[in-house]
Amino acid sequence: MKVIKQSPTKSALTVLALALASSTAMAQELSITVTNLTQGLHFTPVITAAHTSENNIFMASEMASIELRAMAEGGDISGLVSMLTNADANINENPAMGLLAPAMSASFTLTNDSANTHLSLAAMILPSNDGFVGLNDWKIPEEAGTYTVFLNAYDAGTEVNNELRGSGAPGEAGMPVPPPLEALIGMNGTGVTDMESNSKVHIHRGSLGDSDMSAGTSDINNSVQRWLNPVAKLTITVQ
Amino acid sequence: MLTFITQKKSTNKLTLQLLITSVLTLGIAACNDNDNVAEEVVVVPVVPVTPVIEYNYSITLTNLTYAQPLSPVAVTLHGDTKMWQVGQSASVALEKLAEGGDNADLIALTSNMAITTSKGPIPPGASVTLDITTTEPSATYLTVATMLVNTNDAFSGLTGIDISTLTLNQEKSWQLNVYDAGTEQNNEAIGTIPGPADGGVGYDATRNDIDLVSYHSGVVSKDDGLSSSVLTQAYRFDNPAVKLTITRTK
Repeated sequence: MKVIKQSPTKSALTVLALALASSTAMAQELSITVTNLTQGLHFTPVITAAHTSENNIFMASEMASIELRAMAEGGDISGLVSMLTNADANINENPAMGLLAPAMSASFTLTNDSANTHLSLAAMILPSNDGFVGLNDWKIPEEAGTYTVFLNAYDAGTEVNNELRGSGAPGEAGMPVPPPLEALIGMNGTGVTDMESNSKVHIHRGSLGDSDMSAGTSDINNSVQRWLNPVAKLTITVQ
Repeated sequence: MLTFITQKKSTNKLTLQLLITSVLTLGIAACNDNDNVAEEVVVVPVVPVTPVIEYNYSITLTNLTYAQPLSPVAVTLHGDTKMWQVGQSASVALEKLAEGGDNADLIALTSNMAITTSKGPIPPGASVTLDITTTEPSATYLTVATMLVNTNDAFSGLTGIDISTLTLNQEKSWQLNVYDAGTEQNNEAIGTIPGPADGGVGYDATRNDIDLVSYHSGVVSKDDGLSSSVLTQAYRFDNPAVKLTITRTK
């Protein structure tokens, strides 16, 4: 995760807000754009949340929660939404109204309560078994300005990366294939692996894929649906 | 930070000078009272009150890879120097670490002012926390290095990072990419990779690669068309490989 700070602008409003808020931090207004930087991956509905420093959506090197697993294996963010709602987070769901296609962006605003000082984001990457793009516990700057954060692809560690058509239900093998993926990936692969040796959330090693759309080991197209980090760009403007 | 210490030192020197002057003045003043006193003046060695400041840092390293154990990590504090640079030839100490996971030579460099190492390798998904302490005011640059052991000569880390601006309890994090030491061909051949994927030879003094440090392009593996590779697709990796957090604790 690389952070680049661009042109900080301290508005008179901010100064006024700071002057009024003698001891407590104020709620912030965030304008956020998430950009899919990849050439061949789709993102399932994105969840973005401002939450306290005690909460998170995922932690690298820890086991995935049930809610994270449902998102990473099938793109279902409802579990994460209720988990974060219970934690009084400020949440934005599904800004792209569906899949976020390669090289596309989605923009939204998020107002965070003063206690919700950290930002996290997650969306499943397709095609994959349990890959997701993630931002973990990014401290929201107090200073007004536009910030850019680059995001990496993680592996939830909950499913074997067989790279075959299958199910998005947690615990069921294979990759979910919603349209338009139906026409984009191969079929009848024999499976890249039947092993998952690392059950912790980790940086995704990437898909192997192959060049055979009707056979081979993988249903992933190796000339289109591979990637290198970073896979997404997040632009956050703190008003 | 460094400037501050330097100033403090000169203040101490000044204090010492003032103390010596005071002692001498007292001696001379005493002489005025009694001619014989001069012989009796005992010069008390004035030990300058140099406050020894101890700096302590807690360093946590997390292995973010799927299947690349990290060799025992080397952590050192030193002056303003870098232990490797992209585009420069790797030192033998770095070559030993990057090809064989042996950090002994890197740790033993005379430029190091404080050192520590993890007891064993760090498995994928695991973390290690190490403490490093120094009283040397100029030991304000950090180097951390570790090998991805299921490779020919890939390593991760950072070097020559200025940590002098860290305030007490301040935390700083990095996500670290993977370098290629450039000292051993990435042929992934059986017998050339020291990690559990192969159990082959680590360090070999022969340099049969470009002999320049660069960013690593990843392993190919036999599943991706390098039929002579001993590595399967499971050993592929993408950046970042390591998360590093440093906290100044003292």
